[in-house]
Amino acid sequence: MAEAVQRRPSHDGVPLLRARGLAKYFDVSPPFVTRALQGAGRSILRAVDGIDFEIETGKTFSLVGESGCGKSTVARLIVGLYEPTKGHVEFDGQDMAGLTTRKAMEPVRRRMQMIFQDPFASLNPRWRVADIVAEPIRTHRIIEDGREVLHRVGELLELVRLSPRDGEKFPHEFSGGQRQRISIARALASNPEFLVCDEPTSALDVSVQAQILNLMKDLQRELSLTYLFISHDLAVVYHISDYVGVMYLGRLVEWAPAEALFHNPQHPYTRMLLDAIPDLDMSGRPRQAVAGEVPSPIHPPSGCHFHPRCPFANDRCRSEVPKSLPRTGGQVACHAVEENRIPETGKA
Amino acid sequence: MSARGTSIMAADIDHRALAPSLPRRAADSVHRFFDGDVFYSFRNSPVAMISFAVTMVLLILAVFAPWIAPHNTDDVSTLNLMNARFPPYGFTDDFGTEGVAQFLLGTDDQGRDILSAIIFGLKVSLEVGFASVILAAVTGTFLGLVSGYAGGKLDSFIMRIADVQLTFPSILIALLIDGIAGGLMPRALHDEMKIYVLIIAIAASQWVNFARTVRGSTLVEKNKEYVQAAKVIGVHPALIMFRHVLPNVTGPVLVIGTLSLAIAVLTEATLSFLGVGLPVTRPSLGTLIRIGQQYIFSGEWWMTIFPSLALVILVLAVNLLGDWLRDALNPKLR
Amino acid sequence: MAASTQPPLLEVKNLRIEFPTRRGTLVAVDDVSFDIAEGEVLGVVGESGAGKSLTGASIIGLLEPPGRIAGGEVYLAGRRIDNLPYEKMRQVRGREIGMVFQDPLTSLNPLYSVGSQLVETIRTHTDMSESAAQQRAIDLLGEVGIPSPKIRINQYPHQFSGGMRQRVVIALALCVNPKLIIADEPTTALDVSIQAQIIDLLKRLCRDHGAAVMLITHDMGVIAETANRVAVMYAGRLAEIGPVGQVIKNAKHPYTHGLMGSIPKLAHATERLVQIEGTMPRLTEIPNGCAFNPRCPKVFARCMVERPDLTPVDSSQISCWLYDKTMERTGSHG
Repeated sequence: MAEAVQRRPSHDGVPLLRARGLAKYFDVSPPFVTRALQGAGRSILRAVDGIDFEIETGKTFSLVGESGCGKSTVARLIVGLYEPTKGHVEFDGQDMAGLTTRKAMEPVRRRMQMIFQDPFASLNPRWRVADIVAEPIRTHRIIEDGREVLHRVGELLELVRLSPRDGEKFPHEFSGGQRQRISIARALASNPEFLVCDEPTSALDVSVQAQILNLMKDLQRELSLTYLFISHDLAVVYHISDYVGVMYLGRLVEWAPAEALFHNPQHPYTRMLLDAIPDLDMSGRPRQAVAGEVPSPIHPPSGCHFHPRCPFANDRCRSEVPKSLPRTGGQVACHAVEENRIPETGKA
Repeated sequence: MSARGTSIMAADIDHRALAPSLPRRAADSVHRFFDGDVFYSFRNSPVAMISFAVTMVLLILAVFAPWIAPHNTDDVSTLNLMNARFPPYGFTDDFGTEGVAQFLLGTDDQGRDILSAIIFGLKVSLEVGFASVILAAVTGTFLGLVSGYAGGKLDSFIMRIADVQLTFPSILIALLIDGIAGGLMPRALHDEMKIYVLIIAIAASQWVNFARTVRGSTLVEKNKEYVQAAKVIGVHPALIMFRHVLPNVTGPVLVIGTLSLAIAVLTEATLSFLGVGLPVTRPSLGTLIRIGQQYIFSGEWWMTIFPSLALVILVLAVNLLGDWLRDALNPKLR
Repeated sequence: MAASTQPPLLEVKNLRIEFPTRRGTLVAVDDVSFDIAEGEVLGVVGESGAGKSLTGASIIGLLEPPGRIAGGEVYLAGRRIDNLPYEKMRQVRGREIGMVFQDPLTSLNPLYSVGSQLVETIRTHTDMSESAAQQRAIDLLGEVGIPSPKIRINQYPHQFSGGMRQRVVIALALCVNPKLIIADEPTTALDVSIQAQIIDLLKRLCRDHGAAVMLITHDMGVIAETANRVAVMYAGRLAEIGPVGQVIKNAKHPYTHGLMGSIPKLAHATERLVQIEGTMPRLTEIPNGCAFNPRCPKVFARCMVERPDLTPVDSSQISCWLYDKTMERTGSHG
């Protein structure tokens, strides 16, 4: 805990969740015979390559990045769908690696739930909505009596602004936004404190996205929830987050309070991402053309992964992996920032 | 753009209760079935309706054989050699014997009524067919589900067995099992057990189809987010497998089951025709064809032609029904 | 639009697209009229199911059955094209209208090199020689920003990244200097940074080639960056059409107004986003009168019964009874 306070001097909140050196490698090698014939070695995909972050109780921490940056893998590591290759996830001070049996996991499972991206795949099409929402209650035997379970399901559906009568129906009778509400109701069924939201609105239309984002904010206030929010949409992230982390090829390149990150971005990649957002205000702001594309995560560039696209890269960037250093209330992993080689942005 | 499910709910609006009674749920399901795409496709396919009707008629004949068949061919005491080798009603054989109305499709060399023998044979054939398909479907679905969901070594193990299984034709397996069973059991018991041997032999050759298909669907389903959601909730893997994945992979099982039924009936007929199938005391369609074909050159064609026709009609009807079902359940062809 | 001596490049009049289903006919696009001037970029926005992609597909004659154009006319440079026979339409598609789709993988044939696909397209629609077409293909690839086009031209689609593939598709659309390009969600499948590159590219190319673009997207940001005018679609109908600045900064139709408010913005933080209650109706349940009436915060009696037509308001056209000249409500919006 002392370490936590030291790491984030500007806030004295207690972290509910802490990831330390979290890493997940996938073996994406071709089958043995192919490898032997081609004389190729194993290829390891470092989807998440040692990241550290903390989430304070009652706050929203977001991870943003382009596809393949490992943000969804982080979400799955946190909820235990994947085993970390290295590092730890601590929930409320407890190391989850120690919870090896299902029984030991159960108390954490009740307190930590997940909302998924695709509202058409995240609900079992053969189940009635009431059964879907009741699943966590029945699994953890939170309520034993059958009628009371249904009563609770009704309450949950009302909580997400649906009608208790909707429990009768099947998922295919609902629109994408309504399904996402059902998904949220299910996630809330075991009274969790912490929700991992993996791109919960990216499959939705903007007007529906607004409904869901508003709902999530309301629920956070009403139920004092803590969110880990995964998204590729910077505007959405800015709207919902207290803290934002930017990922690039499996590494967390920068994290900071949302205001600081969006109005005073430090890392060149963060600046590039912000610059790429289409300008809705039509201010005629000239845009710098973004160069290059995300390289293959199987063979990432040496040193700082971003160096081939970075206008400030030098030899040190090409050879040495930058360390995360404190900056503007957050942390930045960039040699150029450390050496003050980047001009301050005139934003905000 | 789906137009489904809009009409049902309007009627339910004033139902405040969240837990509907079981009958209402059942009625709901029935309503949804008749309102659904499968039934619509059925109504618009003459082939499906005819093959369904034919299959139904044959099924009813088989189930109620003792009451429908004009003669009880199971009861040897009713047989009379005086009635042997009557041609079908309206036909005259080479010796000038005229068919009689009592034996519509003629009689065999024992004086058995062919029509009744066919009806009873149908019963035996379908019994073996259904039993073996159900056995194969249950085993195959279970193994496919476990294989696909568990993955890893268990998956490789089950699938290698399936591969090996596929290299043996069902007839070989039947001969093998029959041979082993014959060697281990006394003669009388062997005859009695023969039907089970047959069922196991046919099922053994068919479970692979079920297992492979179910495994394929399971591999797709297990990566869907609803399965991940169940994992995050902490549902036991066995429950995830049977309550979440299983209901979503059973569609193809129904199709393969129907098509397999046709193949099973045919396999049984082949085995019985070759003499490794059912004994003469409990003749199936295949047995009847085998017995009858001995007389075909002496002019008593009806003994083999009518059972063969019955077999063709049964297999064709079931097969067409299965084909239609496959198309109707395939969302890509809708 | 105002009368001019020259007909607009593309003119769509009262377009109606229907999907016959067994539960009656669904009207997916209903009485949609707009035009595109030469060299103009018209953005078409709307939520999924609003009919924007269908409108685009019907203009190039690629509406997938059972969908069909049930009414209306489409003119390209004064020539009617919606009733052309298939072969004629195919020529129009390659030579006069180019296409860019959402998923670059599906628009490229994986079995042919990028170069041979470009050369084939060029030679189908012009009488260029093989070598001239080859040279043109290399030039095009260079123009769309593909580094070392001389080498890349012999590579296959899978050797290109997503962003590069979309550049190839754009090159393919530009092959024969079409007057109009229909781009259906060209940036949706791409990452933000790549998206910005593709938008810049599209803008530059259309300026250089003088091609008009019908840009179909759900992303208002892309529209704001690219389009001259915007058409907003809702439930198969046009809600509003006007200059991009007018629509984005000063939306008049309550739907557009709500839509703009519901987009999270970086410039000014808000605690809550503007929320349009409910969802877009299914095609089976489009209400009487104005399709937006159940969700509209400013709904009044007339909206429930009478369907509004597009009426000019300032430099835009709005289909909303709030702006009906016969009533004195004009300008009473917030």
